[in-house]
Amino acid sequence: MRIRISHQTRYIYESPARSVLQILRLTPRDSESQHILWWRLEPSVEGRLKPFEDAFGNLCHDFAPDHPVEDFTIAVIGDVETHDTAGMVRGTVERVPDPVFLRETPLTAADDAIRTFASEHGRHADRDPLGALHAVMSAIHRTIAFDTDPTDAATTATQAFSLGRGVCQDLTHIFIACARHLGIPARYVSGYFHRADGVADQEAGHAWAEAKVPHLGWIGFDPANSISTTEAHVRVAIGLDYLGAAPIRGSRRGGGGEKLDVRLRVDTARRQVQTQS
Amino acid sequence: MAGAAFDEMNGSGSGTDGVRPPYEALSAWLKQQPPEFFNTRRSQAELFFRRIGITFAVYGENETSERLIPFDIIPRLLTKAEWSFLERGLKQRVAALNAFLKDIYGPQECIRAGIIPADLVYRNPHYRLEVKDIPIPHDIYVHVAGIDIVRVGPNEFYVLEDNARTPSGVSYMLENREVMMRLFPELFARHHVAPVENYPDALLATLRSVAPESVARDPVVALLTPGRYNSAFYEHSFLADKLGVELVEASDLFVKDERVYMRTTQGPTRVDVIYRRIDDDFLDPLVFRPDSILGVPGIMGAYRAGNVTLANAVGTGISDDKAVYTYMPEIVRFFTGEDAILKNVPTWRCREPEALSHVLAHLSELVVKEVNGSGGYGMLVGPHASKRELDEFTRKLKHNPENFIAQPTLSLSTCPTFVASGVAPRHVDLRPFVLSGADEIRIVPGGLTRVALKEGSLVVNSSQGGGTKDTWVLDG
Repeated sequence: MRIRISHQTRYIYESPARSVLQILRLTPRDSESQHILWWRLEPSVEGRLKPFEDAFGNLCHDFAPDHPVEDFTIAVIGDVETHDTAGMVRGTVERVPDPVFLRETPLTAADDAIRTFASEHGRHADRDPLGALHAVMSAIHRTIAFDTDPTDAATTATQAFSLGRGVCQDLTHIFIACARHLGIPARYVSGYFHRADGVADQEAGHAWAEAKVPHLGWIGFDPANSISTTEAHVRVAIGLDYLGAAPIRGSRRGGGGEKLDVRLRVDTARRQVQTQS
Repeated sequence: MAGAAFDEMNGSGSGTDGVRPPYEALSAWLKQQPPEFFNTRRSQAELFFRRIGITFAVYGENETSERLIPFDIIPRLLTKAEWSFLERGLKQRVAALNAFLKDIYGPQECIRAGIIPADLVYRNPHYRLEVKDIPIPHDIYVHVAGIDIVRVGPNEFYVLEDNARTPSGVSYMLENREVMMRLFPELFARHHVAPVENYPDALLATLRSVAPESVARDPVVALLTPGRYNSAFYEHSFLADKLGVELVEASDLFVKDERVYMRTTQGPTRVDVIYRRIDDDFLDPLVFRPDSILGVPGIMGAYRAGNVTLANAVGTGISDDKAVYTYMPEIVRFFTGEDAILKNVPTWRCREPEALSHVLAHLSELVVKEVNGSGGYGMLVGPHASKRELDEFTRKLKHNPENFIAQPTLSLSTCPTFVASGVAPRHVDLRPFVLSGADEIRIVPGGLTRVALKEGSLVVNSSQGGGTKDTWVLDG
């Protein structure tokens, strides 16, 4: 499938903000399941944009506007050719050894409730880890209601689990907490998802998890959709949790209140005429 | 246990009773003084300290009240021979720590060679992936180390723990000496005491030596503090003053084009070396904890670009881990080719099932510590624990064994200490401060002696009611 992604994140401050500094994880890499046909990352204001690779092999940019800014947009646009690999993650850049992905982080720490849940639904993890992970994924999908209201970027797995609600980020954190409890390395993926129902305009990017299954390798699990990853998924960055893979982390001085406006369109590319100049 | 302890003055517990030679003059002097003398001198000492303003905030108390760390007016003495031995051992250990850190953030040969289990490194939250393969100026990671040493016999010293993050306490070492010199000039006349007051010069020389290679001018050094609400803020301001460098908080620093600047009245000044007294977690909200207001956004970018030296380096916390500590004898041998001069306390790694069952069966005899704990928090001293505390630790150990290590309850040496009942033996440890520069390793003779003021107590941490003593290394 050829997917066109257009993702704009607009920041509007009450007054000009100084010393704006951002780390952008907005550049996907090639793997067996995806090939980047073209991709552009464009801030709307002049500034210093410096690429680097982080510890996980994510392509990152440091971005610092040259002048105080009141209103600016980070835009990415590009086409990605994707292939269904039945959830298998191959041909990715792997910089970090597997045991790292067993670490608990504040966002993915399990409590007794999550541990009990994971042990119950993943009880055959030593015999059949793949089956156990699928069981855990569908149990999370059934148990946690999709709800954008009660959680935010700082919500932990345990908080979302006890609420019984959350967004893809929360479901992914819960899945990671469960997998790690079962002794299976797991990681957070931020990226994009092409919806089968034809709805191209979305509120936010997507998130899912990857777990390292013995003899199979990394497998993508998308608990929000209760599926393994398919050709509808475009993988951008990985981390131990949301913070390690966040599309944009930033800081600023001054500026007062902030208004954030995200425009995201994930569509099949053939519907459109490519506008690259 | 306390009854069997080795007393550094009268030699009891070592099989040869009688005042040991280094203490002869001190012991005679102690006997000569009239009973009220010590009380008078102690109130004078307290006055000095209050005037200087040494205070210490204790975490976990209801009010964040500041109080004086109790100071004991009787010095602890070490002979030149004892110190030379410790000094050689400390230099070797810290050289090994630096080589170990360089290796695990680089080629990882010690993991491949099976010196340390990969899991212990990779699963450790203090192993900072963010600095893997990032060149560090002059390959020095632990610029300032505080190595805690305990003594159990005339020639038996053990390293209790390595503090390679932001060890504190050196201001007490310096202030204790200053106050002692004012209180007891006659005692200094009778002993040749090696000086410690050159520590700030040694620290500054160390920090300047590790400036990025690209810095052509005189390097600019600053001390970064979390601010006045930190328990060690007094020490931060004290040291900045002694070093003659700026004491800065995060808001005084900013990063532009991967360079760190501080705001000064003369405009922005480029900073080359930051002696930071804040933890990795708070250093840069763009990379570590996003809610940190103590850190400098972008500082990790400047660090990655090699434009600033952070002392200590990012990621040294892994060598404070008490499970990693248990591998130090092998680490020293692997990186220096020599056997460790300073021994480790024999330690059970509760992550190993056999060790765990031993620990659970002998809990009331052992000291149990959290692998990432510090300051005497989250620790069990078996022989002094109540039934309830023992039960609680049994539960914790079973639930999360890899989080703990256990050690025999060492009978720490005692030193004469002035307490309510007069002069009595109290248990002590020693924290020497080891400075690693690009040019050499520097250690001022002695360090901070911490003393457990409660009779029989083995916990010397100031956060747990411990006090301090001046430590004299005798030159002659």
